[in-house]
Amino acid sequence: MGDWKTITVPVLSSDSKNIFHYTSEKKISPPSMNSQVLRLALPSSKSMHSFFSAFCTEENIEQSISYLNRELTTLGFPSIYAESKGQELNLISIINCMNELLVLQHKNLRAQEEVEMQHLKLGSDMDHLQNCYAKLKEQLELSKREIVGLQERDRQLQSKNRNLHQLLKNEKDEVQKLQNIISSRATQYNHDMKRKEREYNKLKERLHQLVMNKKDKKIAMEVLNYVGRADGKRGAWRTDKTEARNEEEMYKVLLSDYEQRQKQLLVENAELKKVLQQMKKEIILLLPPQKQKPKERSEDGPVLSDLEEDIGELNKENMWELSCETVREQLTNSIRKQWRMLKNHVEKLDNQVSRVHSGALNEKDVISREDHELETEKLELEIQQCKEMIKTQQQLLQQQLMSPCDDDTTLLLQDCYLLEERERLQEEWRLFREQKKNFEKERRSFTEAAIRLGLERKAFEEDRGTWLKQQFLSMSTDYKHSENVTTPSAFLGSCDQDNQLVKSTSQRKPPCMLSGPVSAEPCQTSQYITRNSAASKKPAGDSKPNQCVESDKEETE
Amino acid sequence: MNFSELFKLSGLLGRFSPDGKCLASCVQYRLVVRDASTLQILQLYTCLDQIQYIEWSSDSLFILCAMYKRGVVQVWSLEQPDWHCKIDEGSAGLVASCWSPDGRHILNTTEFHLRITVWSLCTKSVSYIKYPKACQQGIAFTKDGRYMAVAERRDCKDFVSIFVCSDWQLLRHFDTETQDLFGIEWAPNGCVLAAWDTCLEYKILLYSLDGRLLSTYRAYEWSLGIKSIAWSPSSQFLAIGSYDEKVRILNHVTWKKITEFEHPATVVSSKTIVYKEVEKSPSVETERLSFPPTRALASSLFSTQSKYDVSQVPVSLQHIKPVADRANPKMGIGMLAFSPDNCFLATKNDNIPNAVWIWDIQKLKLFVVLEQLCAVQSFQWDPRQPRLAVCTGNSKVYLWSPAGCVSVQVPMEGDFQIVSLAWHCSGDSVALLSKDNFCVCYLEREEVK
Repeated sequence: MGDWKTITVPVLSSDSKNIFHYTSEKKISPPSMNSQVLRLALPSSKSMHSFFSAFCTEENIEQSISYLNRELTTLGFPSIYAESKGQELNLISIINCMNELLVLQHKNLRAQEEVEMQHLKLGSDMDHLQNCYAKLKEQLELSKREIVGLQERDRQLQSKNRNLHQLLKNEKDEVQKLQNIISSRATQYNHDMKRKEREYNKLKERLHQLVMNKKDKKIAMEVLNYVGRADGKRGAWRTDKTEARNEEEMYKVLLSDYEQRQKQLLVENAELKKVLQQMKKEIILLLPPQKQKPKERSEDGPVLSDLEEDIGELNKENMWELSCETVREQLTNSIRKQWRMLKNHVEKLDNQVSRVHSGALNEKDVISREDHELETEKLELEIQQCKEMIKTQQQLLQQQLMSPCDDDTTLLLQDCYLLEERERLQEEWRLFREQKKNFEKERRSFTEAAIRLGLERKAFEEDRGTWLKQQFLSMSTDYKHSENVTTPSAFLGSCDQDNQLVKSTSQRKPPCMLSGPVSAEPCQTSQYITRNSAASKKPAGDSKPNQCVESDKEETE
Repeated sequence: MNFSELFKLSGLLGRFSPDGKCLASCVQYRLVVRDASTLQILQLYTCLDQIQYIEWSSDSLFILCAMYKRGVVQVWSLEQPDWHCKIDEGSAGLVASCWSPDGRHILNTTEFHLRITVWSLCTKSVSYIKYPKACQQGIAFTKDGRYMAVAERRDCKDFVSIFVCSDWQLLRHFDTETQDLFGIEWAPNGCVLAAWDTCLEYKILLYSLDGRLLSTYRAYEWSLGIKSIAWSPSSQFLAIGSYDEKVRILNHVTWKKITEFEHPATVVSSKTIVYKEVEKSPSVETERLSFPPTRALASSLFSTQSKYDVSQVPVSLQHIKPVADRANPKMGIGMLAFSPDNCFLATKNDNIPNAVWIWDIQKLKLFVVLEQLCAVQSFQWDPRQPRLAVCTGNSKVYLWSPAGCVSVQVPMEGDFQIVSLAWHCSGDSVALLSKDNFCVCYLEREEVK
């Protein structure tokens, strides 16, 4: 107990109430404790002293101890008295109780801190939520206002729409009304027009009567003479027969026109049918020959058989001519079916291709690769063959090139060959040059011959003229024999001359003509130089023919 | 291309003979017949009064000259210049006159369309056709000259009478369901007759030669209707031009419309070639200038050359809106003509007066648009090949063929405003007619490049 006295328990006089509140309200729920805790500041050491001293003083130690004991036991702590009798205090239990109380205090403080923290957090959350709430409320207000605005606009537009519809209806009604007005006016005008026209017709009739009545002699045709009809026939009377004929003609004209049109249409039809048939055949060819999936086969089986039947039937020549409904329908239906099949097939192929691109289908790859490999093999074989051929050719070429250096005999042989060739070439050159010279000579001779021919012809004409004159003269002086005798000789002489000239001219002609004596030069020109250069100096008359014959022979050779 | 010199002309009466040997022209009351290739005067005839109308007979042996004021028709013979024939209608008056296809009868329409008198040059007979209709195309002959269709009106109803030209026998007489028949035209094959109503009513009726109604076609109601029609030379198509600026083509099998050709003011199709006529300033060589300037030089200085440029589509053409309160407004398709080979159709929209539209009939699409500087006055197809000659009231003649188009200035002194054209039957020359003069343009083969 003496120890107790030394412990000064500071008691805060100002906080005494609080303490009492605290002690008496220890069992009260924690929230109230919070407020109490908040208000409870950590007292300063001085206030602590005063606080402690306010509870226990020297006078009421026993009372305060018993009070403390009572409180502690009510709290569940063991009593601080030893053996609950007397005034002896159990120090150990007091220390334990103190420790327990401290621990409890710490725990409470921690709890308090936690609670404070949570309190703060909740407070901030609340603030945040309040802000959000305020913002959302604002937004809600705004959207509400917008909605109202839009609704207003919508209402306005709808009313405008209704107005426009109304206007449209009004316009349509007006148009209808105007049309009615127009039609009624039109009928009125027509009626008026008819009335005026009837009046006009009456006037015309009256005028016509007047004109006819006048028997105007002036209404006549003056013509010098009547002209024949354009087709040369006589005019005919108009009878029933002619009427019937005219009708017939008219119907003939119409019928021929219709027949022509029908022919054209038939031709067109036949062409179109041919085109359709061709299309059908091509479509059949395009379609794959085997069906991969049995499903399709079952679908198209009957169709195929039908198609085949159709093809068989419609390929017959007779069917071209028929134009009855059934055949036409069959053809068009079959083409439609095939076209559909072709379309399906193409679509399938498209799908397959797309799948290949995505890399899912392997079958196609395999197939294509196989083909690819086959092709590559073939190409490789070809390349090999070509290479071998090149090799052999190279070898041969090398042999060709190399052999002359190695073998003498081959060289000699080659030389021989070359010599032979050279001689042949020379021979040919010689011949060629000779022929060239001959051709030039012939050309020259021909030109000279042509000139001479011209001159000789002129001379011949002159001679003929003189001869005719002489003949005439001879005829006129027929009685004198001497002249007759002389003239023939003169004629003969001149004839000889003429003959010579004639023969010479004939000599100029193609060499196939054999003829008599002639001057030397012409013969020369028709001979080859190489053989008979000597003959040029011998212009003997008798030898001429021989020479000429020779020349002819030469030329024929 | 050669041009002859200018000759005098009156009344746009310049016609080549059907056989192509001669060219007849009128100067006041004189009829001048020239040789077609040399233009030498072969014959000169004098008529009683100013000639209003001339027509060659189908065998090119006779020419009729009609003088409406006097009511007299004079017929001249080319074989015998002394031969003369005068038909005087006297008080009956004369409004129209034409030859029959055999070249031996003359059909005179008296005043007020009281009757049509058929005068014969071979016999003394005269025939009368009563109640002819006073319309634009009231008489139509088939191409082979066998039948004649006459529009009639009795008791406010329209009728059509078909006569056989050889003996003028009435073959068929039937009424048409028209309000006011405006015109009739035979198809070139002579088996179908087209009859169409006045422009207040769009209605065209097709009759067979024996009078049966084959078909009726109405495109729309109330608006102004048909303005012009044209048969294709093969009788396969019938082109109908209407006031709504469209051409509708009917086919001869079903007589239903197969297509519609529109003539908008803006050409947008990229496959169409648009030839625009542009002026090119004349080039003057300064060495040649002399004072006082010669006439030829002066005229060449002042005449503007022009050429065609290809415009890029889209092209917008000059569009005019006619006055709404006048009758017979200048709108719609006023001119239609098929080319002789049946491949092209040339049209003119009166709302776009400067343009000629050429349509490809094989493809049924617009092929070419010719945009001129002045309003198109007339166009004519060459009778032998697909070549179109266009005149626009100036002194140039424009030729188009599928190979291209060319604008040629007629080398004349002074004013020469071409308003009409007439092709020679061989297609080798074309007569260019103006109000007071005419000249002949000779084309070489393979002219237009």
